[in-house]
Amino acid sequence: MNENSGWANKVLYLAGVVAMVILARDINVIARLPQEAQQGAIFKIIFFHVPVAITAMIAAAVALIASVLFLITRNFRYDALAVAVTEVGLAFLAANLVTGSIWGRIIWGQWWAWDARLTSALVCWILYAAYLMLRRAVEEPTQRATFAAVWSIFSFIDVPIVIFSIKWWRTQHPQPVFWGGGSFPPDWTAVFLWNMLALVLIATVMTVVRLRQEDAQRELDSLRRTAHAM
Amino acid sequence: MSAVAVEGVWKFYGDYPALRDVRLEAEAGACLALIGRNGAGKTTLLRLLAGFSRPGRGEVRICGTIPRDPATRRRIGFIGHGISVYDELSAMENLTLFGRLYGLANPRKTAGEWLERTGLERVAGGLVREFSRGMRQRLAVARAFLHSPSVLLLDEPFTALDDRAIAVLQGLLGEALAEGRTIVMSTHQLREALELATHVALLNRGSVAFSGDRTPEMVADPGFLYARYGEG
Amino acid sequence: MGFLRQVMVVAVKDLRAELRTKEALNGALAFALVILLLFAFAFDPTGDTTREISGGLLWIVFAFAGTLILNRSFARELPNDCLDALIAAPISGAALFLGKAIANYVLLLAVELVSLPVFGIFYSVRWTQQLPELLLVLLLGTWALTVLGTMTSALTVNIRLREVMLPMLTYPVLVPALMGAMQLTMTLIAGTPINAENVMWLKMLAGFDLIYTAVSLVLVETVLVG
Repeated sequence: MNENSGWANKVLYLAGVVAMVILARDINVIARLPQEAQQGAIFKIIFFHVPVAITAMIAAAVALIASVLFLITRNFRYDALAVAVTEVGLAFLAANLVTGSIWGRIIWGQWWAWDARLTSALVCWILYAAYLMLRRAVEEPTQRATFAAVWSIFSFIDVPIVIFSIKWWRTQHPQPVFWGGGSFPPDWTAVFLWNMLALVLIATVMTVVRLRQEDAQRELDSLRRTAHAM
Repeated sequence: MSAVAVEGVWKFYGDYPALRDVRLEAEAGACLALIGRNGAGKTTLLRLLAGFSRPGRGEVRICGTIPRDPATRRRIGFIGHGISVYDELSAMENLTLFGRLYGLANPRKTAGEWLERTGLERVAGGLVREFSRGMRQRLAVARAFLHSPSVLLLDEPFTALDDRAIAVLQGLLGEALAEGRTIVMSTHQLREALELATHVALLNRGSVAFSGDRTPEMVADPGFLYARYGEG
Repeated sequence: MGFLRQVMVVAVKDLRAELRTKEALNGALAFALVILLLFAFAFDPTGDTTREISGGLLWIVFAFAGTLILNRSFARELPNDCLDALIAAPISGAALFLGKAIANYVLLLAVELVSLPVFGIFYSVRWTQQLPELLLVLLLGTWALTVLGTMTSALTVNIRLREVMLPMLTYPVLVPALMGAMQLTMTLIAGTPINAENVMWLKMLAGFDLIYTAVSLVLVETVLVG
């Protein structure tokens, strides 16, 4: 517990504050940007819709690495990292789904159309939600970590296959692209990248917080078992 | 090289240690009786010896290598809490199956021999589903001995056996010891086990509270070990 | 004993045990027929649209009915602690997995080959037009279902809510394979042969099968022994 106090905490809080500051500034800037020609104000949702998806993908990659490392080293810190980063990634992916849905509602009048990217995001969301369900269903910690690690690998391998197949499905049965359309002026790129940074920072802070909670939970579990044994 | 060696083994469930720094050895031809209260870690230790899971720390060696090694697995015979034979198959089919899995030269013939030795030759073609309890237990014993294992790991083998099955098992175990095979068995039935045992180890809350030769006093009064080394 | 022989011993054992009781087989068949029936109430069975989508419906039938067989795969080892004996035996986890997968494959194909004619009758669909290609899709698609379902059967055998967790884990990962199988089945039933446009699905299906078979063979020992 002591390793978590002191400067680690300070760095965490600082990161959080920095992220908030960047976000606030970004939102200010974004609000002032000229409206996009075809889609109007709602197009600006792209500043969040795309970065959260990218963050979720990074989360999935980190989860894969953590899972593989757990299987190799059997160190529970990697298991904690895998579950923490997957939960955060799932939250961000949900944000992608929600922003995409809102965008569609404004532009096309529907909450959902089977647009290639949104559908892929939905399938990936369900994929990793199943990972969390698997964790809930396994009681013994070592078994839980092992099974979860194996399943994380299975899930990650599926992600590119899912994206590819759904894209191919949609080219065979074309539909209007749900969002996208509209043009992204190049001078907006700077703000986009700042937002990306802020969101990745937030994801990192959330992951570390979740990691600590996982450590505390493990200690609790082990104390509980010791108590039962007495 | 001991037949069975447990060196500084810890087994964790999450962060909870079910086995703590266990050190035990059994030479070829020895019979080690593992005694201890429920939850002391006997089953956990036996399953580690059989290779069902790996120790968190320390090493388990059977005939010098890890239990999971395929060559070593051929030499281990395990009887756990279940009989580990299939209800939907016949006695002969069950034994032939395991004979094949263990790479026996003539599975059917060996299966037939063991059915005779356990008194099941008349029901060889019967489905295990229809067997009485005693018959199922004898089949379980046949399965464990079928491939002539050099190390036998038995988890409470005498529990709830009928008399005929106890006699069969005791006879087979005695023969095995005479042939130089090694036995590690956990037990609550102190009398039957201590008659056969050459060594005894008492597990208490995951650690070895006592380990040594079996003495005549133990056979005479099996409970004294618990009184002296166990807790309450 | 060679790897392939070990695989066959396990496969034969599973098939013998299943054919003696036929519990999972009958259950899956009944389930398949009931779903085919229910779909007829949901969609107008004589309509043209239904005929067009029926290939897709067929794979939903296979996937759902299949879980009954897949669930049984490792669950049949639980009574009497037979799984212990299999793990203790000197066969690799990969051989155990592959043997069970092959047994499941045979059983699944049996259910599907019975369902196909029934499907053709109920929905007035001539499915024999591109028969060799259709059978190829059946073989590839069923293997995808088998390999993932056998793996999840191993994963869920000892955990809570096994019957719920198996489909919950299998279907999301299976999405691309199911999609490919459905697309191919629909076009083949409509009479279109495999051409440059849809051969992509076939390749994807084959690639999916290869990748997941390889990953499963590597990881199954970890799942079984930890």
